[in-house]
Amino acid sequence: MKRRSFLAASLLVLPTASRAALPGTPAPALSLPDASGRTVALDALRGKVVYVDFWASWCSPCKRSFPWMNEMAQRHGPQGFEILAVNLDRKRDDADRFLKSTPAGFTVVFDPAGVTPAAWQVKGMPSSYLVDATGKVVMAESGFRDDRKAEVEERIRAALAAR
Amino acid sequence: MTASPAMRPARLALALALCALLGGCASFAPPQPWEKEYLARPSMQFDADRLDTRNVQHIYYSKEGAAGGYGVGGGGCGCN
Repeated sequence: MKRRSFLAASLLVLPTASRAALPGTPAPALSLPDASGRTVALDALRGKVVYVDFWASWCSPCKRSFPWMNEMAQRHGPQGFEILAVNLDRKRDDADRFLKSTPAGFTVVFDPAGVTPAAWQVKGMPSSYLVDATGKVVMAESGFRDDRKAEVEERIRAALAAR
Repeated sequence: MTASPAMRPARLALALALCALLGGCASFAPPQPWEKEYLARPSMQFDADRLDTRNVQHIYYSKEGAAGGYGVGGGGCGCN
């Protein structure tokens, strides 16, 4: 009996799950400034297929993902596809240095406080989410793997076709 | 050893004080995947030589069938 009440008590102290970005659920809010200070909101991109990517300069798979994201932005951008890359470096200099050597042909916003990854419940770096035209998360990826590129692009195509 | 009745309040106070110290352990929270900036630094790795580490891990993998857990560049998603 004692054991059971202990279990119940430990369940109570577990952090209550807030709105995680799970496939099939509406994307959590995201509104952050870009390099020029202009606020970019995910809501404002409703009607477009958005690939939200959480990255940092110190994360090597993130660096590898940039050329691929550039390619995707170039190939699918005209069809209504947008990449929103959320930088999570605590120091802006680190991000700027990274972007100098690894150019980004898509929108980069900055969240040094890490508020959005907490809300989206990011599990790995990089983490990316495909948000469809209705603002619903249709795919969540943790990490960047070469063998997932084709599958992810297929999901982008499908989301664009359903738009 | 049996404590004399006069000793008991002091012992109780000590025990309570030690229990209160335990509260300090509760505030520990592991870093989130996006907070591993400093852990990702080369100086924070267990091994200095990347190639050597790769070699050791390769042998470890083939012998033990286990991989990962080294470095945090990928945030522990096993995709690195």
